[in-house]
Amino acid sequence: MADKIHSTKLQDKAERNVFVMFVLLLVLLSVGGLVEIVPLFYLDDTMEHNRHPEIVWQGNVAKEDRKDLSTWKPGDGIRPYTALEQAGRDVYIREGCYLCHSQQIRPFRDEAERYGHYSLASESMYDHPFQWGSKRTGPDLARVGGKYSDEWHVQHLLAPRSVVPESVMPNYPWLMENTVDGKQLKKNLEGLRMIGVPYTDADIAAAAEVDGKSEMEALVAYLQVLGTMANLKEGVDYRE
Amino acid sequence: MEETKYDFDVVRWFSIMAVVYLVVGTLVGTFIASQLAWPFLNFDIAELTFGRLRPLHTNAVIFAFGGCTLFATAFYSVQRTGSTSLWSPKMAWFTFWGWNLIIVAAVITLPLGITQSKEYAELEWPIDLAIAVVWLSFGLNFIMTVAKRKTSHIYVSNWFFMGMFVMITYLHVVNSLAIPVSLFKSYSIFSGVQDAMIQWWWGHNAVGFYLTAGFLGIMYYFVPKQANRPVFSYRLSVLHFWALMFGYVWLGAHHLQYTALPDWTGSIGAAVSLAMIIPSWGGAINGMMTLSGAWDKLREDYILRFMIMSLAFYAMSTFEGPVMSAKSVNALSHYTDWTVGHVHSGALGWVAMVSAGALYHMVEKLWGTKMYSATLVNVHFWTSTIGTVIYITAMWVSGIMQGLMWRDYDEFGTLTYTFAESVAAMHPYYAMRAIGGMIFWLGGAIMLYNVIMTIRQASAQRSSTAAAATA
Repeated sequence: MADKIHSTKLQDKAERNVFVMFVLLLVLLSVGGLVEIVPLFYLDDTMEHNRHPEIVWQGNVAKEDRKDLSTWKPGDGIRPYTALEQAGRDVYIREGCYLCHSQQIRPFRDEAERYGHYSLASESMYDHPFQWGSKRTGPDLARVGGKYSDEWHVQHLLAPRSVVPESVMPNYPWLMENTVDGKQLKKNLEGLRMIGVPYTDADIAAAAEVDGKSEMEALVAYLQVLGTMANLKEGVDYRE
Repeated sequence: MEETKYDFDVVRWFSIMAVVYLVVGTLVGTFIASQLAWPFLNFDIAELTFGRLRPLHTNAVIFAFGGCTLFATAFYSVQRTGSTSLWSPKMAWFTFWGWNLIIVAAVITLPLGITQSKEYAELEWPIDLAIAVVWLSFGLNFIMTVAKRKTSHIYVSNWFFMGMFVMITYLHVVNSLAIPVSLFKSYSIFSGVQDAMIQWWWGHNAVGFYLTAGFLGIMYYFVPKQANRPVFSYRLSVLHFWALMFGYVWLGAHHLQYTALPDWTGSIGAAVSLAMIIPSWGGAINGMMTLSGAWDKLREDYILRFMIMSLAFYAMSTFEGPVMSAKSVNALSHYTDWTVGHVHSGALGWVAMVSAGALYHMVEKLWGTKMYSATLVNVHFWTSTIGTVIYITAMWVSGIMQGLMWRDYDEFGTLTYTFAESVAAMHPYYAMRAIGGMIFWLGGAIMLYNVIMTIRQASAQRSSTAAAATA
C-alpha cells in the first residue's frame, strides 16, 4: 500500500522526501515576485521622469555638481525633503497618519476635482518608505500642500473638530511640546543618503538649524510641500 | 503512553497563549473601532491614539494570536501525522519564548510610535531580526520533524505549513530590508513605487500564506480528525495546493490598482486574483465535503460547527476578494471600509473560527478531558458568528456608501458631497462595527474562561485518580 503511487511520480517523490518538496516550493514561490517586482527596477516606463525629465529637480546633474536644497524654488521639480520636512515626515510615520490618509491620487474625474492631478511614481522616488496608504478614513493628502494656511494646519492638528466638526481624527497636542533632535536628524539624513537620496553635505548640515524646533512646525512643513514639488502641466499625459 | 511519544508541553503553552492573545488582540481592535465612532476615546494620550494602536491590533491578532495558533497546531499535527516526537523540543521552547518576547517588544514599541510604517510589518529592525531567527527556528524544527517521521508519505497539512514557512521567510527578509539610523529607527532601502509593490507583495501574502496556507494546514488536520472522516479528495488537495502556492504570490499588485504602479503589474495581479477563486474554493470544498455522510454531527459537535462555519466564511471571502480586485470594482472599493470588512470576514470568520475549532480540539486531547462546558463552546460559536456578521455587514454598507458618495455628482455637474459629509455618514456604521467587535470579543473571553476551567478540571481529575491509586 505504501509503495503505490496515487498521483504523479514527482508528486509522490515530493510527498516522500521533505527536501524535494522544500526545493520545489523554493522555486515555485519565487516566480510571482520575480516577475512582478524585478522589472519595476529597470523598466523605463515605470518612472515618468525617464520620458519627462523636467519634473525632477537636477535629475541629470552629476553628484558633485548638485546644488543645495536651499536653491530650490517651488515648481522646480521633485527633490529630496529638506531637513525640517524630513523631520515632519518622521512624525507623520510615527503617528501612523498613513493608516487613515492616502497619498496617492487615482486618475478619476472626482479625485482630480477633490485632490488634484493624479499621482506620479516619480513623485515618491525619494520616499523611503512610501506613504501611499490603503485607506481614506480622512481625505487624500498627496497634494494637500498649499491648500490650507500653516495656522489652519496647527489648529487642525491640535483640535481637528474645531475646524472640521465631522472629523474623527485624534487631537495631537504633544506636537507643540516635542522638539526635533538635530543630531538624530543628521544621522537620519545620512542614512537616507546612503540608500540613494541625493543630499549634499550642506543639506545634511542643515539638520543642525532644525534642532529645537517643534514637531508641529516640522509636520506642517512636510504637509505643505506634499504634491507641490513638480509643476505638472494640464494636457500632458505623463503615464501614457 | 502518548506522553512519552510526543512533545506536547510546548504545544499546551502555545495553545494557552493563543487564547490569551485572541482576547487581547480583539480587545485592542474593539477599542480602536470605538475611537472611529467616538473620537474622544483617543483621550489626547499619544500612546492611545488610533494611529499607534492600529498596528498593535493587527500585530496582536496576526502574529500573537495567529502565530501562537500556528505554532501550536503545526507542532501538534506534525508529530501526530508523522507518528514521531519533535526533532528538537528545546528548539521548540526557544521558539515559544522568542516569539512571546517579540510580542512583548511589539506591545512596548508600537504605542511609542516606533514603526517602519509598512502595514503588518511595522516592527523596527532589531525586532525584525529577532523574528527572522525565531521563525527559522520554527521552520527548521518543523522540516526536520517531517524528515524523521515514521510514516511513508508527508500528510497534506504539512505541505501547507511548509509552503507558509518558505514564503513568509522570503517576504519577511525582502520587505524588511532597511538601513538603521538608530536602535529605534530605520528607513526602507526601497522607495516609492518599488517599495509599494514590495510592501503589498508582503501584505497580500501575509494573508495568502500566513493566514490562508497556514490555516488550511490546520483545516486539513483538524477537520478530518474532529469529523472522524478522511479528507474528501486527495487529488483535489494536490491540485489546489500547488495552484494556491503558485498563484497567491502574484496577488499583491491588486492592492495598487489605478495608482502610479504600472498598469501591467496591477492587471496581472487582478487576472491571477480572479483565477484564484478555483484553488481557494478547492480547499473550501475539500474541507466541507469531508463531512459528507456525517452532516448530522453538526447538531451535537460544537467544535465541528466552528470549523464548518469557518470554511463557509473562507469560501465567501475568497469569492469577495477576486471580485474586489477586478478593476471596475476596485475603483469603488479601494480606500473604503469595504476592504476592512473583507479582511475581517477572512480574519474573524475564517482564521479565528477555524483556530477556535482547532484549539478546542487540542485542549480536549492535550489535557485528556472534555471541555468544561459544551454550552459555553456553543455560546462562543454564536457570538463569533453574530459578531462577525454584524461587523462585515456594517463595513459593506459604509464602504460602498463611502465609495458612492465620493464619486457622486449633482445635476450641475459638481461633486455632491464634501469629504467631511462622507465621514459624518459613517458614524452609525462605525458604531455598529464596534458593537459587532465587542460581541466577537465576548466570545473570545468566554473561550478563555472555558479553557482555564477545563485545565483546572483536568488537573483535579488527575490528582483524584492519583489519590485513588495511592489509597
